[in-house]
Amino acid sequence: MIDLSNVSKTFTLHNQGSAVIEVLHDVCLRVEPGECVALTGASGAGKSTLMRMIYGNYMAQSGSIVVGGVDLVQAEPREVIRIRREVLGYVSQFLRVVPRVSTLDVVAEPLRMLGQPSRAARARAQELLTGLNIPEPLWALSPTTFSGGEQQRVNIARGFAHPYPAMLLDEPTASLDAANREVVLSLIEQAKARGAAIIGIFHDEAARARVCDRELDVSRFTPARAA
Amino acid sequence: MTPLLSVQGVTKRYGAHIGCADVSFDLYPGEVMGIVGESGSGKSTLLNCLAGHLAPDAGAVVFDTRAPSSHDGNTQQDRGPRDTVTMSEPERRMLSRTDWAFVHQHARDGLRMGVSAGGNVGERLMAVGARNYGDIREKAVDWLGRVEIDTDRIDDRPTTFSGGMQQRLQIARNLVTGPRLVFMDEPTGGLDVSVQARLLDLLRGLVRDMGLSAIIVTHDLAVVRLLADRLMVMKSGHVVESGLTDRVLDDPQHAYTQLLVSSVLQV
Repeated sequence: MIDLSNVSKTFTLHNQGSAVIEVLHDVCLRVEPGECVALTGASGAGKSTLMRMIYGNYMAQSGSIVVGGVDLVQAEPREVIRIRREVLGYVSQFLRVVPRVSTLDVVAEPLRMLGQPSRAARARAQELLTGLNIPEPLWALSPTTFSGGEQQRVNIARGFAHPYPAMLLDEPTASLDAANREVVLSLIEQAKARGAAIIGIFHDEAARARVCDRELDVSRFTPARAA
Repeated sequence: MTPLLSVQGVTKRYGAHIGCADVSFDLYPGEVMGIVGESGSGKSTLLNCLAGHLAPDAGAVVFDTRAPSSHDGNTQQDRGPRDTVTMSEPERRMLSRTDWAFVHQHARDGLRMGVSAGGNVGERLMAVGARNYGDIREKAVDWLGRVEIDTDRIDDRPTTFSGGMQQRLQIARNLVTGPRLVFMDEPTGGLDVSVQARLLDLLRGLVRDMGLSAIIVTHDLAVVRLLADRLMVMKSGHVVESGLTDRVLDDPQHAYTQLLVSSVLQV
């Protein structure tokens, strides 16, 4: 479902003396449906960079990243957008909110983008928000003013609204209390059970041990840097 | 799939000065593209060339004209991709009243200030042949509602409206005929941030629900982040970088884009 071969990433900072920083070299990773792989490695090893390349908001300098049969490194923007809409979900650490859009609509939006009627999309959103213990009086409000933990849960609800065949999870249990952490872990287990291929970053070791089938140490692909 | 708009080598010079040089891209149905760059980068010149307001010195702007419908004058052989640069002025004018819409930065450039709000919306319908007063009024009421203008303001002139309301009225006037391609020139420029947020949210909903294609010129990176699927970055008349919006903004490759992105103040 997700297949990376020989993916490399360098950043060229034109406005800082054209410094070239090689971050990842020759990453290969294949994730099958129903499998969850954890990215591990010290802070700065390139876990988030790798995840962003798979989502397509970072450009890979070489190699191929095939998700749902499309190589995202070569694909046109509209193809990448289609894959993101239909195939590849992403729960980032931070919710990017649009002012004035209600929490319910924020969560329902991925389904609306797939052409689902408003009522069905909102029903699914309500179910997820209830499950994640977001109090009903907040549903009509924009999440702009919510606490960090509440925003994180809205973000998770949005990420799980559509049953994506492939998912990227960046610290999905960070800043959650025990009860909500449990809800999120069971959402991940359900996604695996229906056959989703998942790549995640989990600093929460117990969570990682519970939902992940294997680990990939990203520092293996970090080129040795001259000190 | 046929692109809705295929832009091929569009160049516009002002004497020795380059307005925009050799710009090419394809825009597909339902795609929203942002054009960003500092003042003088050529983005407005390019937009005006694409929309037929300026004649480019070179290049083609090929639009996939639609099947004839009841209210436009197209005949069978006019269907399919046509170069709008070489088509006749009346044909281009018809296109700009039907399939195209243009949202100006200053609402007063896109509205008739001496005509009521309802009249502003109705006028565009009449330009494509609508004649039944009741139907026109009904559509105007519907559209004022969609852009969140109280329908009891329908007989008021836009001169009595706030800047944000005028801008929303301009959008209603443009979208009432169901265009397929909307050109927008700094649609949120000069508005308060709270008014901007409302307008952006409205535009986002309309673009999604109507399946519109749009080209948005702006210097505001937050606007394109919110509205555009893809981005073109212009500098001194040239396109220096293009791609998926969040790729260009999160991982800019060109020196100028890196400078542009890093110059935005964090709030």
